[in-house]
Amino acid sequence: MQAKASDTKPMPPVQAIIAKELRSYFVSPIVYVVGGVFLLTFGFLAYLYIVFTGAQAIQLMQMQGSTAQINLNDLVFRNLFASMRFVLLLILPILTMRLLAEERKLRTFEFLMTAPVRVSEIIVGKFISVYLVFLGMLLLTTLVPLTLALFSDFDWYPVLTGYLGMTLLGGFFLAVGLFASSITENQIVAAFTSFGLLLMCWLLAGLGSLLGDTPAGHVVSYLSFMEHFDHLVRGLIDTKDLVYYVSGTVLMLFLAHRVVDSSRWK
Amino acid sequence: MIEVRTITKRYGNLTAIDRVTFRVDKGEVLAFLGPNGAGKTTTMRILTSFIPATEGTAQVAGFDCAEQPDEVKKRIGYLPETPPVYQELTVSEYLAFVGKLRGLSGAELTAGMDRVMERLSLGSVRQRLIANLSRGYRQRVGLAQALIHDPPVLILDEPTVGLDPKQIIEIRELIKSLAGSHSVILSTHILPEATAVCQRVVIINGGRIVAEDTPDQLSARLRRSEKISVTLKTPPADVLERFREVAGVEHVLATSEPHTVLIECALGRDIREEVARFVVGLDWGLLEMKPVSMTLEDVFLKLTQREDGLPKANDASESERH
Repeated sequence: MQAKASDTKPMPPVQAIIAKELRSYFVSPIVYVVGGVFLLTFGFLAYLYIVFTGAQAIQLMQMQGSTAQINLNDLVFRNLFASMRFVLLLILPILTMRLLAEERKLRTFEFLMTAPVRVSEIIVGKFISVYLVFLGMLLLTTLVPLTLALFSDFDWYPVLTGYLGMTLLGGFFLAVGLFASSITENQIVAAFTSFGLLLMCWLLAGLGSLLGDTPAGHVVSYLSFMEHFDHLVRGLIDTKDLVYYVSGTVLMLFLAHRVVDSSRWK
Repeated sequence: MIEVRTITKRYGNLTAIDRVTFRVDKGEVLAFLGPNGAGKTTTMRILTSFIPATEGTAQVAGFDCAEQPDEVKKRIGYLPETPPVYQELTVSEYLAFVGKLRGLSGAELTAGMDRVMERLSLGSVRQRLIANLSRGYRQRVGLAQALIHDPPVLILDEPTVGLDPKQIIEIRELIKSLAGSHSVILSTHILPEATAVCQRVVIINGGRIVAEDTPDQLSARLRRSEKISVTLKTPPADVLERFREVAGVEHVLATSEPHTVLIECALGRDIREEVARFVVGLDWGLLEMKPVSMTLEDVFLKLTQREDGLPKANDASESERH
């Protein structure tokens, strides 16, 4: 492959797995379709919010007769990032569904498990590869704020924390997807399991606000990814939120590890 | 090299293998022979540390398959039932990936890839996507995968499935050439394969080992008498009774051919000369006379049928097939 091992030190298995998974992603249509849909959606939503904002600005100008200060951060980016939560929920399970389910279906799972590779190396390698794909997609979306910056003024800080939020949220979603892919050999089942898990996790926010200002309400709200993401989009970096995403991601990868490891004992 | 002691594997109530014990010495090729569902794959999966045994221990190169899977995996090349190939990779990409997982790199990796591609004649397809290869080529890629790190122990689950006759011969030659330097276990339900490449055969049926020996010894052991088949041009009506006059003859059996009879004598005795002199003396027109030896196929059927609890009366009808 492209990685011509220039050094004589053996490549760690994780690196070999990442390289192979990336290769598999880019020779299959999945990445192009998912990436295309993701970027189109992002661009289209951004366009809509910008046009609405523009219309509002014109209205304000006509009413007040002066150039009103339009806050792009509030009107464009907060809305855009809030919408992207849902888009990511729909799109990322498609990226992760093949990761382990396909190995089982095509009987390469037995090969991986009998190669001198640890289960943790398999899980981490696969997670990193899909995460790199996602980060690549995310990187391309920065064209939107960069283009906007040419023509307008806005505060970069909440935009960057918003991207941090997307990065963390995406990692969590991908870990959930990887876990869902570990429990079945059917890719459709894997995709729907991750949709289901993520929607449940989303709805916890609703349950949390229903329970209100009680200890149970706080706990349930904390478990949903909603309010953590909102904090970041508003420019608040709180350790609590970072811990939520990182621990959620690690927990899901750990569960996937347990599932794969225990499959030998059936 | 491989030491299996009374391993049992149960899936719930189903016992897949039952107290299986055998060993494979260094450089030996062992065939695991049995009908489908006999427990061949299960045994191999235990040896490759893919699944643990419910009871008993299995060791490869002195390492326990359940306790030290990492050490075991390093020393094994394994070809599962379905060749474990990634369709979206080319042959050389795939082999490079396998080699890297096996800890090869740089010149070592290139050398390993060149060696297996040459041995399995994959050179012409090295840049082709595995998805576009035929079944036979995929099987060979699967074998190449098992050989790339030149492991001391090879476990091959039905290595010649899906190959054409010429390729089968090539693969058998390859396996034979591995003998001596590698310990090989191969499973098969094709009997000539076991006879062709293996020094020892383990016959497994219903999860149990029913016989273990060299192919020759196995057929000898199960033969309880020497049999000679005689074809005559003009046998008299009472040919069966008449043959009993010959010294040494124990039984004379009719066969499905009206002109052919089967003569049995005690194990280790050769009465062909007496029979020939007798027949020629009576001028019955001796057309053919040959000793009947049991093929591995007969041994196999006999052993596996007995295991199924079929009545012993079957033995007579079996003999008649000769």
